Amino acid sequence: MSLLEKEGQLEDLQKQLELCEDPVKKMQLEMQIQDLSMKMYHDLDAWDRVYLARHPHRPKAQDYLQSLFHTFYEMHGDRHYGDDRSIIGGIAMFEQTPVTVIAQAKGKDLQENLIRNFGMPNPEGYRKALRLAKEAEKFHRPIITFVDTSGAYPGKGAEERGQAEAIAQCLFTFSNLKTPIICIVLSEGGSGGALAFSVGDRLIMLENAIYSILSPEGFASILWKDGSRAKEAAEVMKLTAADLKDKEIIDAIIREPLGGAQNDLEAVCDRLRDAIRSALADLTKTKMNQLLKNRYEKYRKIGVI
Amino acid sequence: MENLFKKRQNRLHLFENFRHTNIENNQPKEIPDYVFKNCEHCGESIPYMELQRTYYVCPRCGHHLKISARERIRQLIDDGSFHEHDALVESKNEEHFAGYDEKLEKAKQATGMHEAVICGHGLIKGFPLAIAVMDSRFMMGSMGHVVGDKITRLIEWADKHSLPLLISCTSGGARMQEGILSLMQMAKTSAALKRFSDHGNFYISLLTHPTTGGVSASFAMLGDVILAEPDALVGFAGRRVIEKTVNEVLPPQFQHAEFVMEKGFIDRIVERKDLKRTIADLILLHGGKRI
Repeated sequence: MSLLEKEGQLEDLQKQLELCEDPVKKMQLEMQIQDLSMKMYHDLDAWDRVYLARHPHRPKAQDYLQSLFHTFYEMHGDRHYGDDRSIIGGIAMFEQTPVTVIAQAKGKDLQENLIRNFGMPNPEGYRKALRLAKEAEKFHRPIITFVDTSGAYPGKGAEERGQAEAIAQCLFTFSNLKTPIICIVLSEGGSGGALAFSVGDRLIMLENAIYSILSPEGFASILWKDGSRAKEAAEVMKLTAADLKDKEIIDAIIREPLGGAQNDLEAVCDRLRDAIRSALADLTKTKMNQLLKNRYEKYRKIGVI
Repeated sequence: MENLFKKRQNRLHLFENFRHTNIENNQPKEIPDYVFKNCEHCGESIPYMELQRTYYVCPRCGHHLKISARERIRQLIDDGSFHEHDALVESKNEEHFAGYDEKLEKAKQATGMHEAVICGHGLIKGFPLAIAVMDSRFMMGSMGHVVGDKITRLIEWADKHSLPLLISCTSGGARMQEGILSLMQMAKTSAALKRFSDHGNFYISLLTHPTTGGVSASFAMLGDVILAEPDALVGFAGRRVIEKTVNEVLPPQFQHAEFVMEKGFIDRIVERKDLKRTIADLILLHGGKRI
């Protein structure tokens, strides 16, 4: 049974509980609910993680920004072409430290998703990120990026305006930007579109987030010419946080409550706050030359012959 | 005295890091027993002897036929001056991805190569340069960790010796079978190029048919000068994916080099017969010195 079906079952039980008036029956139901939710979120396979990472109720970058930062001023536009709403960028306070925040943002409903292009950036989104990052470098302000995208937008205009060049420039520039960079994968990190935002000094992932070379659907359709084999693809792709920690691609995993971040956003934010605080303390202490050297090595060592 | 020691150290370093092998025989391997090849574009059958003379460009329609990495090196690098780096490195299927071993084996058999890129250094009209040439016949020129690392090592080598760098790109993108490892090569090569660039070195990127996906979104688009061959396909997402996303039929010229140049992302389109001269001139204009 898939996680989706189990969640349906859980909802049914919860509905029954609301309607139920008999105290004994109520207790039984409560036990059943607890039992089921304990079991269903145990031993999640890769496809379950994909489901959780794309869960309709999963918190979006906007939610985290609100909780983690104060005095946030959003800055719009790439100063060349336009303002890509799939990226939220700006300057904010993290506790006592001013930081630049660059986040890939999916919408919370269809209407917002249409504005935010379902979290798929166009070239101007990457260029907005670049110009904000350079501003941060100038004023020695740490950068925190949030990754949540299925990939860069494969549109006609995106190609015409240089999607490849925009992503390449992000990789190029972030690799040697003279300020600490912390990258946090919130839910979905797909392909070059996500990689452009994950070149930094720390790469942190939420427990139920996924990060991969391509979406499982795209992967299956390229390799096996059959997009419907996505579940199978997810299993072989090693895209869960635990897999990537094993392979030393990421530095840390932020634990989520049972059933995903939506069940207790504040708890997740507390853990994120701790992780950011300690990473910042660590990184700001490091000499700039050393920081850049470490960052270079971080990527240099992946897949050495 | 200190200088002397440094020289020796450098020399030792060379032995340590660069397992380069001299490949004396730069002759193209793809000449088969039969002697004609049909142009992919106009269908004209052209004798191989003539193709070699025309740089594998169709004499009738001017179409640039796909060429192997060895043939590219033969066309660009002065005779006998090419030294290959990391020639014998092969990909291993460390993740035990089903079917990958067979694919690698097939590609090796078909091309006589060990991986989808040949790296090395040599002379171009007397100018020394570091050169990487990708080959689309080897698993669509996809970038796995060996391709990424070979290119990174070449960039670092060129950086250390302050030599100009040419990468002749052709690729379908990142190699799916290697998953995240393959994606990360985009970051690695780009980071190496950033260092290379910050040290004032000169990088020419040559886009040949086709240059797409993860390769286009990393080193292919980072050249100080970006050249392309006529009619080469250059883009990030595949045509089918875009058509499905935007729900319209794309114009035939979409993502062709001429189209991409018009949009402002390619410096020049250069015919194959003029490539060697153009690259040598560009190196001269960037302060290169003949040896």
